[in-house]
Amino acid sequence: MSLGTGIRLADLIAAICFILALRGLTGPKTARNGNLLGAAGMLLAIGITFATHDLTHFLLITGAMIIGVAVAVPAARLVKMTAMPQMVAAFNGVGGGAAALIALATFLRAPAGTLAVYQVVEVILGVAIGCISFAGSCVAFAKLQELVTGRAITYPGQQIWNGLVGAGILGLAIAVCVNPVHWIVAVILVLALAFGVAFVLPVGGADVPVLISLLNSFTGLAVAASGFVLHSVVLVVAGTLVGASGTLLTQMMSRAMGRSLPNILFSAFGSVITATGGAEGDTTRSVRSASAEDVAILLSYANKVIVVPGYGLAVAQAQHTIRELADLLEARGIEVIYAIHPVAGRMPGHMNVLLAEANVPYEQLKEMDEANPEFQSADVALVIGANDVVNPAAKNNPASPIYGMPILAVDEARNIVFMKRSMRPGFAGIDNELLFDPKTTLLFGDAKDSLTKVVAAVKAM
Amino acid sequence: MNGGDILSLITVFVLSAFIGFEVIAKVPSTLHTPLMSGTNAIHGVVVVGAMLVLGTANGALQMTLGFVAVVLATVNVVGGFVVTDRMLEMFKVRKPAAKVAAAPSAAASSSEAGQK
Repeated sequence: MSLGTGIRLADLIAAICFILALRGLTGPKTARNGNLLGAAGMLLAIGITFATHDLTHFLLITGAMIIGVAVAVPAARLVKMTAMPQMVAAFNGVGGGAAALIALATFLRAPAGTLAVYQVVEVILGVAIGCISFAGSCVAFAKLQELVTGRAITYPGQQIWNGLVGAGILGLAIAVCVNPVHWIVAVILVLALAFGVAFVLPVGGADVPVLISLLNSFTGLAVAASGFVLHSVVLVVAGTLVGASGTLLTQMMSRAMGRSLPNILFSAFGSVITATGGAEGDTTRSVRSASAEDVAILLSYANKVIVVPGYGLAVAQAQHTIRELADLLEARGIEVIYAIHPVAGRMPGHMNVLLAEANVPYEQLKEMDEANPEFQSADVALVIGANDVVNPAAKNNPASPIYGMPILAVDEARNIVFMKRSMRPGFAGIDNELLFDPKTTLLFGDAKDSLTKVVAAVKAM
Repeated sequence: MNGGDILSLITVFVLSAFIGFEVIAKVPSTLHTPLMSGTNAIHGVVVVGAMLVLGTANGALQMTLGFVAVVLATVNVVGGFVVTDRMLEMFKVRKPAAKVAAAPSAAASSSEAGQK
């Protein structure tokens, strides 16, 4: 067996590992092993590259990897579960950046005039998609980390500008195929970075996670393009797998929010106006707020309580406290279930991860379709730090930006308790009619403080 | 690289795209976040490309680009797998507490028992 055959075999094994890893990740029982299998495939791919390619700068490569590990491991281990989405955005962005740099370096290395047109196309795809993904992920990170406003950022003529930048990239790409000079590639790089920023800016609120999934599949494609540049089968396979599955996952996520992808990416304009208009009009209306003791009484004499956890619960790290409250109520013979909206938290499935952390029994977690029929027979719907996912405007108000998003039918419960920090609207920035409903009680404050008080009050009863 | 090579790479590309679509056709929304994070780790394979670039670099500019690429790609691949494992760990921790979750039929019967 020649060395070349060995590399090809190792590439094949690594590729199989990645495919099986993806399949494993689609089931709860196999997910963890799937991930480990993916990591094993990765180790093989890296090991075989060290072993079989005649690489110089061995110390530099090792040094760069040590720096990478030293940055990534603490970041990944220490990040709070609530900050996971922006962590994924960051890791995704650097991957896109790496793909762009690979394509760029390969282009710079080739002596002028030696690249065929298709090779220039590969380079441009790698540079452009990688840069868009890098810059877009940076902005998505800044939005989720609240370094900039999480809302949609719009300005007049935005779509026209974005269109012009996109057309500029395309035009220069054609030009560079005809005449492959360095400065045009540099301009494409800058324009692609600008485009990445510009196309993420108007996406706001709850749509950002869907956007991260889209950028994730972009990075996959950028990696595939750099695989073409380097003639590396394993890069093409892994990059394309991620590009394809990431696109599908993005569609699933937007479907879970009842929106189409173009709608998420391009529809920010009208929604902003509606949102601010609604919020101002409603500030004068009255709401019913109560003490923790009132809420405790309401809960203690119920037969069935449905907990609707949202991002506020996650931010306050209150998942353990809600578990304690649920245990107390169950000890009194009250049925407690959790209704999990597909996009509760900030990403699909995020809330399940957080509640699993607090050892909430699996059987008590109901997905939306399963939970909605239960609300009719519920005495209390306890909404903790959630807003948009229970907003009836999604059903009733065609002008609302979240119109059409499937929601939890909290309004069908006999009583509704909202635990909120303030009257501030939710992540999507729109007001919630339900807060003014006569059967709604509000308990203001940090979710954990409020829950701790309610727990104490229930114990005292 | 000759025309045959580019064609075989395109073949690999197209087949991988089909596999990518097929293999995650059914995934519960509970696993959307870990799946996104897991695919994010897999495109970290770009580290292999970054190694090749740095390992064959000539001159300061190429070396700098390659070095930065290896650092970034390593952050992507290592961070991606660690974060995904941390998310999935939580699904595993829960199972001893509620063993029934492992078997769908057992889980269904126990949740019925829990309701009445």
